[in-house]
Amino acid sequence: MTPVLALERISCTFLSRDDASERYTAVDDTTLLIGEGEFVSVVGPTGCGKTTLLNVAAGLLKPSTGTVTVLGRSLGGINTRAGYMFQTEALMPWRNTLENVVAGLEFRGVAREEALERGDAWLKRVGLSGFGKRYPHQLSGGMRKRVALAQMLILNPQILLMDEPFSALDVQTRQLMENELLELWSADRKSVVFITHDLEEAISLSDRVVVLSAGPASHPIGDFAIDLPRPRDVAEIRLTPHFIEIHAKIWRAMKEEVLKGYAQQQKQ
Amino acid sequence: MPNSRSNRARSGRLRLRALQVLVLVLLVVIWHVLTSPTLLPPIYFAEANQAAFFFGEPVKVFARLWQWFVSGEIYEHLWVTLVETLLAFLIGTVSGVVIGLWLALSPTASAVLDPYIKAVNAMPRVILAPIFFVWFGLGIASKVALGVTLVFFIVFFNVYQGVREVSPVVLANARMLGASPRQLLRHVYVPSAMSWVFASLHNSVGLAFVGAVVGEYLGSAKGVGYLIHQAEGFFDMNTVVAGIVLLTAFALLLDWAVGLAERRLMVWQPRSIETERT
Repeated sequence: MTPVLALERISCTFLSRDDASERYTAVDDTTLLIGEGEFVSVVGPTGCGKTTLLNVAAGLLKPSTGTVTVLGRSLGGINTRAGYMFQTEALMPWRNTLENVVAGLEFRGVAREEALERGDAWLKRVGLSGFGKRYPHQLSGGMRKRVALAQMLILNPQILLMDEPFSALDVQTRQLMENELLELWSADRKSVVFITHDLEEAISLSDRVVVLSAGPASHPIGDFAIDLPRPRDVAEIRLTPHFIEIHAKIWRAMKEEVLKGYAQQQKQ
Repeated sequence: MPNSRSNRARSGRLRLRALQVLVLVLLVVIWHVLTSPTLLPPIYFAEANQAAFFFGEPVKVFARLWQWFVSGEIYEHLWVTLVETLLAFLIGTVSGVVIGLWLALSPTASAVLDPYIKAVNAMPRVILAPIFFVWFGLGIASKVALGVTLVFFIVFFNVYQGVREVSPVVLANARMLGASPRQLLRHVYVPSAMSWVFASLHNSVGLAFVGAVVGEYLGSAKGVGYLIHQAEGFFDMNTVVAGIVLLTAFALLLDWAVGLAERRLMVWQPRSIETERT
């Protein structure tokens, strides 16, 4: 089976703007293959280059070396098959909720009336019907995430790139959003790359968890299949013995790297 | 009860307005008492009507304003000054927005032009007025040109800054959603710079008036600046002050219009919210 998204032998080295001899390798020789309909989480300590990797997959960042292949084609420029959900606020604050959701359709030249109709339908699907006229600053953090989700999914991308999308939410809202994400995902099984530093979140959502080493020059150090049954409830599944077993196994592999990453941050 | 709440809010606003008017009344009364030759013995000046000579007298100032409007002689001058101001304001704003967007989005051009922009901005531009008289004559055009040089830079620097401060995440998101460079300009850069533009417009309203009035002052046959200049020649302080009051009132009016446009166009901006107090 050919992967939907293939990052092969990716390295990213950043040069300091002031001093060309000062360089920082965020990601080193990383290969990540995402199959069709597969939900893959990438976990690793903070500052290990997870976002860098995702930006490479999105085409927002060119890797120093290595290739990105999307559905068998090498990627040049923006990855148009992918939707991206950012960690921080990415909605256009000057557009109301509905206009934000239909932005992608508008950019693609879909007729206004059809776009608004589909936008309304998506607002309903993410539980925000009636909020179309509100501006982002008038919504709560969880609601803004729903808008971002609808904004991404309305374009029906084959690949979802998600960069710690729920990390800014409180635990309850977060679990709610995770369940909603799983429900939306199970409807038409897109390929997902989900970045998180939260191992529990990674296990409860994914088919596969990839562990990255601490930066600099981070690379995958473990790849674990998650054979928990679906459909899942993210809050309940955390209490099952099998979940705890998997968690312990992955945590053993991660622990050393987390400590390394922590030591690195202390140094700075 | 919503009704009593809105009543309370309204009475709060009324109170504020009343206090503001009170300050104005107080200032005028103090002015009147200190300048009137008959009310107080001269405190500082040797003669009783010297204070009036230096500071004008409020009653005579208002009489002058009244007479201007009743006789209609002010309209011609006021019209000229307002046309100059509005033209300078519009041309300066539009060119500032366009060039600000262009330079902010093309790093090479902005790097090349950077020292020149700084130089022109640092230059005391009122000094250009005599040159503009030579180029554009003593009519409206030279005053507009002077106003444009003042307004342009304020708007330009704000747009430039506004574009630079576009959230990189919002930008990346728009690109992922498929926005072309042109769509990025229209849907991300311009709206993001708008809040900066409006902030700058409040400053540039005053400067557009400065351009018009200073231009008239230095050489013209019409306009409120011309009236003020003439009155100064006769040491007619009351007319000078009347001209200043008139210009201030119209500057406030224009600023209010800008504020109105801002509130209509910037509905998306969060405003500080006050808690209700009962």
